[in-house]
Amino acid sequence: MTSAILEVEHVRKAFGGVVANKDVSVSVPAGKIYGLIGPNGSGKTTLFNCIVGQHPVDGGAIRFEGRDISKLRVAEIARLGLLRTFQQTRIYRGMTCMQNMLISLPPADLHWRSVYRRSSPGDDRAAEDLLHFVGLHPKRNLRAGDLSFGQQKLLEFAMALMSKPKMLLLDEPTAGINPTLIKGLLQRLREANREFGITLLVIEHNMRVIMELAEYIYCLAHGELLAHGKPEQIQTDQRVLDAYLGAH
Amino acid sequence: MKAPDARRWIIPAIAIVFALGAPFFAPAYRTQMAFLWVMIVFALTWDLLGGQMGYNSFGNVLFFGVGMYTCVVVQRDAHLGYYSALFIGMAAGAAVAVALAAVIGSGILGLRGHYFAIGTLGLGIAAGELAGGWDFVGGGGGMVPPLFPGVVGGRETFFYYLCLAIAAMTLPTMRWLYSGRFGLAINAIRDDEDKAEAMGLRTTHFKTTAWCISAFFLGLLGGVVGNLLGFVDPREVAFAGSTYGVWMVLMAILGGKGTLWGPVIGAVIFHITQELFWTYLLGWQRVALGLLIVLIVVFFPVGILGWARDRWPERFGRGVDETPTQGPA
Repeated sequence: MTSAILEVEHVRKAFGGVVANKDVSVSVPAGKIYGLIGPNGSGKTTLFNCIVGQHPVDGGAIRFEGRDISKLRVAEIARLGLLRTFQQTRIYRGMTCMQNMLISLPPADLHWRSVYRRSSPGDDRAAEDLLHFVGLHPKRNLRAGDLSFGQQKLLEFAMALMSKPKMLLLDEPTAGINPTLIKGLLQRLREANREFGITLLVIEHNMRVIMELAEYIYCLAHGELLAHGKPEQIQTDQRVLDAYLGAH
Repeated sequence: MKAPDARRWIIPAIAIVFALGAPFFAPAYRTQMAFLWVMIVFALTWDLLGGQMGYNSFGNVLFFGVGMYTCVVVQRDAHLGYYSALFIGMAAGAAVAVALAAVIGSGILGLRGHYFAIGTLGLGIAAGELAGGWDFVGGGGGMVPPLFPGVVGGRETFFYYLCLAIAAMTLPTMRWLYSGRFGLAINAIRDDEDKAEAMGLRTTHFKTTAWCISAFFLGLLGGVVGNLLGFVDPREVAFAGSTYGVWMVLMAILGGKGTLWGPVIGAVIFHITQELFWTYLLGWQRVALGLLIVLIVVFFPVGILGWARDRWPERFGRGVDETPTQGPA
């Protein structure tokens, strides 16, 4: 029995009259890869934003490693080792790839005292290794803003790994990436999970990708948890099919 | 890349000889020369926020004015010898400026983009009005620092070297800040503050620290400039938002904001141009200055160094490196 690293219990979030998350409960065990799917506007990204502290929740509890984080702020949660990537990729555009990596060190290295140090040769090596890992090493001295969209996604992923999180929430990691690159990215996600022991929760629209990647899937629709189960179960679940094909 | 040693040192050597010897080569221009260093400090401290951190402050002149007033008040009321009062006054000016930056910063640095610029614009103006109405600091008439005890003309030389000393402290401090993780952190805030927060960076702490460092040098400088000029006027000298406050921004942009040397280059060019306008275009100097500002913004939106970096990216270490290197171990 693996213990849950992330527990979301009965979370509710409304924007005015629009209820984006209505009584959503999700639990992710440590060391696993879980998926989160649902039609557009079903509240997936809102749930991510609630988990990482971007939106204060209206009700319910969110626990990370057993600790209640629903009242903490974004940076505090990030420093606990729970990171997210953005659907609209976010990197530091004006800085080189290497600089992007070096400022993504684990939070302990960017503490108010250690921040005045120069980056050590060890940091440089770690950054270069990870840029190799995502295939961006030749471009390490280019401005990150000059990279293609897909490469920026890879860079954002590498930055997240640089920070050595315990858990990573990925918001559509394969959107806008060409099929060849997707294959490589999936392989890297699995490696990150296996080698660095990072728990993953992935939002994904590409069904083939998520069915192949995730061991367990939660499906949202209209802000509510519609179904959850192993990929095979989800694929044949009538409610999920209806939600995607618009039977409601 | 590797230049011979002699050639590498020739420009710094000329600069040092020029900086140290200027009062002897051109004694008539000591005040103008001192202001060259003042301008460099203005541009460097502005760029720490505006260029490196992306927070365009129009209120930095506040710290300059506060430092100036604090220093002169200490000189007036401390009943100490001239030099001890001056140095204690400068230190007090810097301390008050830093404290003010910490207090104001914790509130106003929560504003982003244009809102921050507008919020800071009010700071200098408000301070000027307050000082102009406060009798303790001389009200609208301002204050006059104590007479310099040395020989006639010694005042300009003495304060020239103090301005030089502050500039010589500011540049290496900025260089040190930008070469470490702190520089990367404030660059990250400039490029995407939400992302920086999502990555766990202590953005509020870094922003306030940067503003305090900026305020420290400006506060220190304020006392020196008040004594160099020999009078402190609330709106024209101390909280001169429409001159110093705007020039800080212009000089940094002209040279290339977000670079170490850009503000220095910008300050030198701006100051020389401005002095030439005063000398040769008297009566039209403000018009000429306005024209210069327009030309800067239209033709050098990224500044001289920014333009050079876009033109020759490899010289600035940017480019694709296809050389095969060893993969991860």
